[in-house]
Amino acid sequence: MKKHLSFINNRLPHFVKHFSIASFLLLAPFPFASNAQVAIKGETIYTMAGNAIKNGIVLTDKGRITAVGSASNVAIPSGYKIVSARVVIPGLIDAHSVVGLAGWLNQSFDQMQVERSAPMQPELRAIDSYNAREPLIKWIRSLGVTTIHTGHGPAALISGQTMIAKTNGDTVDQATIVQTAMIAATLGQRASGRGGKSPGTAAKQASMLRGMLIKAQSYGKKKGFSRNLRLEMMKRVIDREIPLLITVHRARDIMTALRIAKEFNIKIVLDGVSEAQSVINEIKASGFPVILHPTMYRAGGETKSLSMETASKLKKAGIPFAIQSGYEGYVPKTRVVLFEAGLTLAYGMKFRDALASITIDAAKILGMDKRIGSIAVGKDADLALYDGDPFEYATHCTGTIINGKVVSKTIR
Amino acid sequence: MNKYFLGVFTVLLFAFPAIGQNMRTAYVGAKIIPIVGKPIESGFLLIHKGKILGIGDAKDAIFTADTRIIDVKGKVIMPGLVDSHSHVGGGSGGDRSGPIQPEVRILDSLDVKSASLQRAQAGGITTVNVMPGSGHLDSGQTLYIKLRDNANKIDDLLIYDKNGKYMGGIKFANGTNSMRGKGGFPGTRAKSAALVRAKFIKAQEYREKIRKAGGDKSKMPPRDLALETLVEVLDGKRVVHHHTHRHDDILTVLRLQKEFGFRLVLHHVSEAWKVADEIAAAKVPVSLIVLDSPGGKEEATDLKWKNAAVLEKLGVLIGFHTDDYITDSRIFLRSAAFAVRAGMSREKALYGVTMANAKILDLGDKIGSLEKDKSADFIILSGDPLSVYTNVLMTFVEGKNVFDRSKKKDHLIAVGGYGAGNDRMIHVDHFDGFDGGQR
Repeated sequence: MKKHLSFINNRLPHFVKHFSIASFLLLAPFPFASNAQVAIKGETIYTMAGNAIKNGIVLTDKGRITAVGSASNVAIPSGYKIVSARVVIPGLIDAHSVVGLAGWLNQSFDQMQVERSAPMQPELRAIDSYNAREPLIKWIRSLGVTTIHTGHGPAALISGQTMIAKTNGDTVDQATIVQTAMIAATLGQRASGRGGKSPGTAAKQASMLRGMLIKAQSYGKKKGFSRNLRLEMMKRVIDREIPLLITVHRARDIMTALRIAKEFNIKIVLDGVSEAQSVINEIKASGFPVILHPTMYRAGGETKSLSMETASKLKKAGIPFAIQSGYEGYVPKTRVVLFEAGLTLAYGMKFRDALASITIDAAKILGMDKRIGSIAVGKDADLALYDGDPFEYATHCTGTIINGKVVSKTIR
Repeated sequence: MNKYFLGVFTVLLFAFPAIGQNMRTAYVGAKIIPIVGKPIESGFLLIHKGKILGIGDAKDAIFTADTRIIDVKGKVIMPGLVDSHSHVGGGSGGDRSGPIQPEVRILDSLDVKSASLQRAQAGGITTVNVMPGSGHLDSGQTLYIKLRDNANKIDDLLIYDKNGKYMGGIKFANGTNSMRGKGGFPGTRAKSAALVRAKFIKAQEYREKIRKAGGDKSKMPPRDLALETLVEVLDGKRVVHHHTHRHDDILTVLRLQKEFGFRLVLHHVSEAWKVADEIAAAKVPVSLIVLDSPGGKEEATDLKWKNAAVLEKLGVLIGFHTDDYITDSRIFLRSAAFAVRAGMSREKALYGVTMANAKILDLGDKIGSLEKDKSADFIILSGDPLSVYTNVLMTFVEGKNVFDRSKKKDHLIAVGGYGAGNDRMIHVDHFDGFDGGQR
C-alpha cells in the first residue's frame, strides 16, 4: 500500500513533476504550498504510531506524509530530495506556551500575553497579538518544536483566547492552524487583581467565573439581543465547542476547577497543576486531561509543592497529559518542551512516554491528533531530526521539517 | 584475595555500623573521575578524618583491617560540585539607598536552614559562592560556604583562609540590571563606569592615608567600612565577581580591571563569544551561565551555548554557575552537559563545575578534585555525569554524607512535593520587575 503510493509518483513523467513543482514555486501564495517531495531517512524512526523503525524512510509530498516504513519496504522515488538523520521523531508539540505573544526582550511593548484592564476578557483573540517573526519561535523550532498551543497567559481570571500555530510562516495567517483553541482561565495567586481590584480571594475568583458562565448560559436566547464579544466566547465554552484551559496549582484550586466544570457541564483542560499528586484520584475520575507545568518550573508561592515526579505519577494513574513550556517572567524567557520532557527520564518516566507527552498525547489534548503528533500516512509532514537520543543533553537537533519543508538546518 | 577481603569487611560493616568516627572508609568499585588525573574504570576512594587518604585502581587496593568498605560498583564518583555563583540561602545584599555598597555582607543575611541549601546538596554541590544580587553596581560582599549538614549558624558553613579569615569575594555588576536612573543609581553605561571609578579612586586615596600613617593610630583615617573593603579589593585580597552580559559591558569591566588592578572573575558573559580574544588576553577566568533560551532581557538575547567551547580553545579558565534561582542547583551538571553539546570537551566541562570553580574561589588546593589530602567532598552518581538519565545518589562533604537519595527525606528534596521546603527566596533587586516567574 505504502509502496503503491510511491510507485504512482515514480511513474509520473519527469516533465510533469518538474512542471508541477515549478508552478507551485511561481504561483503559490504561501511558502507552505511550494513544498517539494522529500524523503527522510532515519537510522531510527520513532513514529509514535507503532514500534520504532530501524533504517526507516518517510516520504512526504505536498506537505503530507505519503509513506512510512523500513528501507526494505519503502523505495525512494527519483526526484525526491533526501534528508538523513540518525533519529527521526514527529515534530514536537508544545501543549502550552506564550511565545509569539511574549517576546524575548521582555519589555512592555513585546509582552502581549496579558491585558490587565479587566479580570475577564475572553474576547481577546490570540491571533491579534501573535508575532510570527518572534525570535523565540525560531529558537524552539531549531530544537524540533513544530507546533505550539500559545496565546494569552496565566495572569488573569480569564486572560483571553489561545491559538494553535506551526512554528513557521512570516504572518499569523501562514502560521495559524486553529484560530481559537481554548479560553485561558486562571485560578489562584496569578489571577488576583492588582491594587485592591477584584478578584481578591480564591472564593471571589470562583464566584466571578461562575457569574460569567451563568450569563453566557442565557446569552443569545432573548429576541433582538445585541452582540457581546465577551459572552459570545463564553457561550462557546457553555456549548462545549471549546474547552476552558484552567491554570491551577494548589490542590484547592484544582478542586474548584473540577467543581465548576461539573456545575456547568463544560469541557476543561487542567493546566499547571503543581499539586496534582494530592488530588490525583479526583483528576482521574473527572476524565479531564492535564497540561503539566514544565519539569524545571521553579517552586515557590503556589508552586512550592511541585514535583519533578508528577509526570510519572500521572502516567501511572492513566491520566492523559502533555508537558508544556509554560510562561516565564524572566530568563529563560521560554522553556523548551524537548528539555522539559527529557528531564522526566531521571524522575521515573520512560522514554516513549516522555516522547508521547510532547507529540501524540499533546496532539490528542489539543484535538489535533488526526493531523499531527505522529509519523503516519496522511498526517502533516512535521518532523524533528537528531543525531542521537533526542532527550540526551549532548545530542543535537539537526533539522526541523514543517509541512514537508526543511525549516531549520541549524545544528543545535 | 582482595575480593575475599572486601566481602568480609562489608559484612562486618553492616554488623557494627558505629565503629568510631576516625575509622577509614573506602568506596570501592565505582568509576572514579578525579578531574585532576585520568578516570579510573574501577577504582577506590579512601577517606579518613574528612580528607582523601588515597585514590586508585580497585585491583591495587589493600585496606587495613579497620577500614570500612563500601561497595559502589556500577556507580560513578567525582568531586563535589563547586558553584561559583548562586543565590541559595535566601540572602540579600545592598538596599536601595545607593548603587555601591561594598560594606554590606551577605554573611549577615543568610538563613542556614533554607531548603535551597539542601536542594544544592541534592544536586551534588558541596561548595558555593553565595552572591548578593545584580541590581547594584556593587551589592556587597559574597561568601564562600561549604554545604555541611546540621548547620545552626552561618559560622558552621564558613571556609577559612590561612590567616583564619572567612573567605568571600565582592559582587559587582554592570549593564541594565543596575541602571535604575534614580536614587543615585546610574541611568547610562558611562555613568555606571564613572561611579565605580570614582569610588575606587576614593579607596586608593584611603589606602594611601593608611600607608602614610605607617601604623601610627593617631594618624589613621577614620574607619570607613566601604573603603576598607575596596582596599582589600585593590590589594588583591578580595576577588571581584562581576556580573556582565553584553560585549561592550564585558570590555568595560576589563578596562576598569586594567585601571585598578583588582582580581577579577567575569560572570554570566552572555556575549563572551564576541570578545573572546579580549577575555583571553586579559587572562581572567569566567563563570558561565547556561540558559535554555536566549533573551528574557535585551542584553541576554545573544547568549550562546558555544561560549564555553570558544573560550576553551583560547585557554581561558572556565567555570559554570547555577545562579540559583535562575537555574536549579539540583541539575547543575546539566550546564556542563550543554557546554559539551555546543562543542566543549567533556573533560573541561566537568572541570568547569569542579576544579575551575575551586580555582576561581581560591580553593584549588583544598577542593575541586579527588587527590590525596584534599577535602573529602565527593558525589556518587548513578551513571555518566553528563547524561539526562543520571541521578546524584549521594553527596559527601568532608567525608560526611549530607545527601542520600534513597532516604525518604532526601528524596523529597531531590524531586519536590509537599514539604520539600520553604519558598524559594528571590535575591532582592536582581532585576526590576522580576518576581521569579510569578508575574
